[in-house]
Amino acid sequence: MQTNLHSSGNPSQDMDDYTSGSDSDYTKYWIDWFLGTKGNEYFCEVDEEYILDRFNLTGLNTEVQYYSQALDLITDNLDENLDDEMRDIVEKSARHLYGLIHARFIITTHGLTKMLEKFKKCDFGRCPRVLCHNHPLLPVALSDVPYSKSVKLFCCRCEDIYNPKSSRHASIDGAYFGCSFPHMLFQVYPQLVPPKSTDRYVPRIFGFKLHDVAKQQRYQDMIREESHARIMAGIEGLPTTAAQGSSSGQQNNKNRAADGVAVATESGAMADVN
Amino acid sequence: MSAFDHQQQQQQLMRPDNVEEEEDEEDEEEEEDEQIQGEYNEEYYGSDVSNESGPETMPWIAWFCSLGGHQYFAEVADEFVEDDFNLTGLNSIVPFYKEALDMILDLEPEEDSTKVPDVSIVEASAEQLYGLIHQRFIVTRQGLQQMADKYQAGHFGSCPRTFCQSTNVVPCGRYDLPGVETVKLYCPNCQDIYSPPSSRYHNLDGAYFGTTFAHMLFHIYPELVPIIPNKIYAPAIYGFKISEYSRCGPRMQWLRNKQDPKSLDASGKLIKDSDDDEK
Ligand SMILES: [Zn+2]
Ligand SMILES: [Zn+2]
Repeated sequence: MQTNLHSSGNPSQDMDDYTSGSDSDYTKYWIDWFLGTKGNEYFCEVDEEYILDRFNLTGLNTEVQYYSQALDLITDNLDENLDDEMRDIVEKSARHLYGLIHARFIITTHGLTKMLEKFKKCDFGRCPRVLCHNHPLLPVALSDVPYSKSVKLFCCRCEDIYNPKSSRHASIDGAYFGCSFPHMLFQVYPQLVPPKSTDRYVPRIFGFKLHDVAKQQRYQDMIREESHARIMAGIEGLPTTAAQGSSSGQQNNKNRAADGVAVATESGAMADVN
Repeated sequence: MSAFDHQQQQQQLMRPDNVEEEEDEEDEEEEEDEQIQGEYNEEYYGSDVSNESGPETMPWIAWFCSLGGHQYFAEVADEFVEDDFNLTGLNSIVPFYKEALDMILDLEPEEDSTKVPDVSIVEASAEQLYGLIHQRFIVTRQGLQQMADKYQAGHFGSCPRTFCQSTNVVPCGRYDLPGVETVKLYCPNCQDIYSPPSSRYHNLDGAYFGTTFAHMLFHIYPELVPIIPNKIYAPAIYGFKISEYSRCGPRMQWLRNKQDPKSLDASGKLIKDSDDDEK
């Protein structure tokens, strides 16, 4: 691999991959080095206090090899003189451990604010879908289990997930971000949810719509309208439930539970329904 | 679109007389905001070494299609360009039409062509003329065949949508007139359009592919439509799906709900006959 044309002069940015990372004397702090390494742009800085609170790391000792050395490395407390081979192994464990701590941290209040800043800076890229007009993305996993699926990017405009453009990002373990993160962010910051659009691409041949596609799109319109009607009815029903606490209200809630509801329904939430 | 405004500027830089070093393939894919400096070098000189031979030793069309950032183009057959009927109307759209056409066909410029102020202007016209001829060529039998081969070889890249399983995409435009919008990529599985991942295509006019081609291709070659299980992303927190009644609940699931058109009547309703009941 050649010298990267875009690097900003920060020496740690010129390191092409993890393996060159054992020269961590580029920077004083391991986390700074890690965050500055090319390909790690999706990660935020986990607060030191969060890492030092062992409660937050519950269970990770069985998940990560050489856990205590890896933790010492992350917190810049590794004194032992390790040979190169061992150092590489601990380094690798440290990156894995940092990722797993990261997944927990970013769904805490402080973690969410840190990721929100990155979202606002479009650190995770923009939606490739033309009709999403470059809406910023958020990292998300399809599995919380490490080593199972690589990270994906969620667009809250089209509510779909995409593969990262760069292969560096496409090879990051999804478990370092988790399945819940973007949705947690929007629960906490619902004002970030953009208005949803019914715009879509209409294929044409010499200006004429395609019969089959037109049928499929009519079907989609139908289910959209049905869903909209359900939501309107559901939300209108809410104040009644709250005021009367009646059995019919309970019934209503049961019906929703049948749809796979788990997150508390919020009343007065019409702003983003259109 | 500001990137598009640079087109003229870029075309003047197009001649491959100072081919840059081959670059790391991954770096092209980085976010566009990283590409402010050195953008032109990366985009047009690309990694294609054949650029070096230049139009002097290669037919213009072959040279043009070999340029970095031109991988989406098919090579239009000379006979197609030579048939005036295929070019109907283009002389009123493309400036220096005659000179541009001569350049495309590798004909020596006439002696009295002194009215042309700068060869780079003719080059820009030749690119536009070629692009618009290309739009017409790729919906012919021969053009479709060439593009079908390119599609199968993966020359246009793959769908960025995770559940499309990296199926191949084809270039398309949303407008047939030049200068409106850059090229997009159509996915035959999700039937949606995407921006090309590499910024080297962010200056390529969508009109050079046109609105019809992508759909004509799958109409003529229905076997090219991939068969991929229909999956819709369901947002969840701690494993629980978010209710549609929640303020941030899903509102866009309709967009990816794809039904086989055979199972729908003309009004888009599901046909419920006994054969399909097993669902
Ligand atoms: Zn989107
Ligand atoms: Zn797709």
